[in-house]
Amino acid sequence: MLGPGSYTGRMTAAPESTPRASTGTDRLKRGLAAMLEGGVIMDVVDAEQAKVAEDAGAVAVMALERVPADIRRDGGVARMSDPALIEGIKAAVTIPVMAKARIGHFAEAQVLEALGVDFIDESEVLTPADEAHHIDKWAFTVPFVCGATSLGEALRRISEGAAMIRSKGEAGTGNIVEAVRHLRSILGDLRRLGVADAAELYDWAKRLGAPVGLVQEVAGSGILPVPLFCAGGIATPADASLVMQLGAQAVFVGSGIFKSADPPRTARAIVEATTHFADAELVAKVSRGLGAAMPGLEVGDLDTKLAERGW
Amino acid sequence: MRAAIAPRVGVLALQGAARLHASALAELGAHPVEVRQPADLAGIDALVVPGGESTTMSMLLDSSGLQRPLEERVAEGLPVLGTCAGMILSATEVLDGRPDQRSLGIIDLAVRRNAFGRQRDSFEADLDVDGLAGGPFPAVFIRAPVVERVGDGVEVLARVEQGPVLCAAGSVVVCSFHPELGGDQRIHQLFLERMEIPCPVTPSGPASSTRRGPRTKPEASSSPS
Repeated sequence: MLGPGSYTGRMTAAPESTPRASTGTDRLKRGLAAMLEGGVIMDVVDAEQAKVAEDAGAVAVMALERVPADIRRDGGVARMSDPALIEGIKAAVTIPVMAKARIGHFAEAQVLEALGVDFIDESEVLTPADEAHHIDKWAFTVPFVCGATSLGEALRRISEGAAMIRSKGEAGTGNIVEAVRHLRSILGDLRRLGVADAAELYDWAKRLGAPVGLVQEVAGSGILPVPLFCAGGIATPADASLVMQLGAQAVFVGSGIFKSADPPRTARAIVEATTHFADAELVAKVSRGLGAAMPGLEVGDLDTKLAERGW
Repeated sequence: MRAAIAPRVGVLALQGAARLHASALAELGAHPVEVRQPADLAGIDALVVPGGESTTMSMLLDSSGLQRPLEERVAEGLPVLGTCAGMILSATEVLDGRPDQRSLGIIDLAVRRNAFGRQRDSFEADLDVDGLAGGPFPAVFIRAPVVERVGDGVEVLARVEQGPVLCAAGSVVVCSFHPELGGDQRIHQLFLERMEIPCPVTPSGPASSTRRGPRTKPEASSSPS
C-alpha cells in the first residue's frame, strides 16, 4: 500500500519533552506538512489567483511576487512578495498561505512570520541573499519548506530545521526532467543507504555533507523524517501522476497553472491527477481537451539554472 | 478488537494524513485500506476520515463519486473516526466553511474551521480525556477546528478552553486534534473498541443556513455487521 520511499509518519522525537501547551514544535511543523500530503500547492501572485486556486481544490497557495516563468523572462532581483498582496491573499482564502523568502534572508522570513503566513519557502526561485548560509529555521515558530536536488542537500536543510523538503526541479520551465532527476536522486540514495552497513554510513555522511546522526536515522527508517514534495516543472496532470508514482507525497505547481490556456480547469485537473495518480483512466479523463499547457523551455538552453542556488 | 479477524478499516485517502492513520491502525492490529473510489468501500468495517484540507477533500468526495455511497454506508451504521478536517467533514454543520463545502453529516455538531487561528497559533497540549486510562493524551492541534454546538446524544469526551475537541456518538468518534501524530494510539484504540457500539441516533435537528446535512433518516441506523 505504501509507495517507494513513503513517509509512514513516524515522527522523530521532538528534541525537548512536551510542555503543557507549546507552539512551534517540530511535531506541529512537520504535522502541517503531513496535512498537505496528496495535495497541490499552487503559486499565486494576488488574491484573485488565490481564489481560483482554492476553488480548484488547492491545499495551500504560495504567494510570490511573480511566477517563476516571469522571473526567468524579466530577470532582475526577485524578492519576497509585497506584504499588502500577502494580506490580500490571506483574506481571500481559508486554506493555508505559504510565501517565499530569499535563501538566507532571515529578515524576510521574520516579516513573513509576523504577517501570519502558515509556511515559509526559503526558495531558490528568488535571488539568494546569502551565498553561504541558509536561514536558521529552528529559530522560527512557523514551519519552512526548502528545495533540494540531492539527499545531502535535503538532509542539510532538515538539520537547519526545514519541516518539508521539495525537489527543486527547474522552476518556470514547464519541463519535468529536473524534478524527476532530483526525486530519483533523493529516493535512490535513500534506498542505497538502507543497505549500507554501520561503517559505510560514516562515509555516506561525509560524501553527502550531512550530519551522521541524521544519516543513521534515515538509513534505519528508509524515509526522510519530513514529507518529500515535488516542485519545479510540473505543467500537466500526467506530470503530477509521474512524480507521485515516483514517490513524491504532494506537488507544487508554479507557472504551470496561470501560464496555461485555461487556469481553472488545468488547476482542477492537476488536483484530480494528484489524488488519483495511479488511475491512468482518470488521468486521461481529466487531461482531455485542457488546451495548451504552459510553453516549455529546454533545460540545456537556460542561462540561469535556479536549482544551482542553495548550498 | 475482540474479533478473531482484524477489522478492515478504510482510510479516506483523497488528500491529507492518510498514511499516518494507516500506520497507527496497523500497529493496533487492524487492517488499513486506502479509500479513493466507491469500489474501495466494499468490505470495510469502519472508516477513518483524516486531517488535511476539508475544502479539498469535500470537492474530491464529490468528484470521486464517493459522497453518495459513503452516505449510504454511514446511514447503515458504518463506524467513523474523523480527525481535524475529518471532524469538519463528519459534522452536520460547518461554520466558516466555503459556501459549497459539503459534509457527511454523520454526527450532530456545529464545527468552526480554523478556530484557533493560523499555523503560528497551532499548539500541543496534554489533554484529559474522559474515561481514557493511562493519563493525559498528547494532543496536536494544527489549524484546528472547535465544536460550537453539541447535538443531543453526542458525548463530549475532552474539551479545551475554547470548547469541545473530542466527541462521540455510538461508533462515531471525532476530534479536532491529530491522534495520528503524537505516537500514542489510545484514541485509535478507543475508536476500535467503540466500533461495536451501534450508532444511536442519526441527527435531524433544525435546519440552518449553513447546514449541509443530515442526509439520512434516523430509522435507518442499525448495528454494524
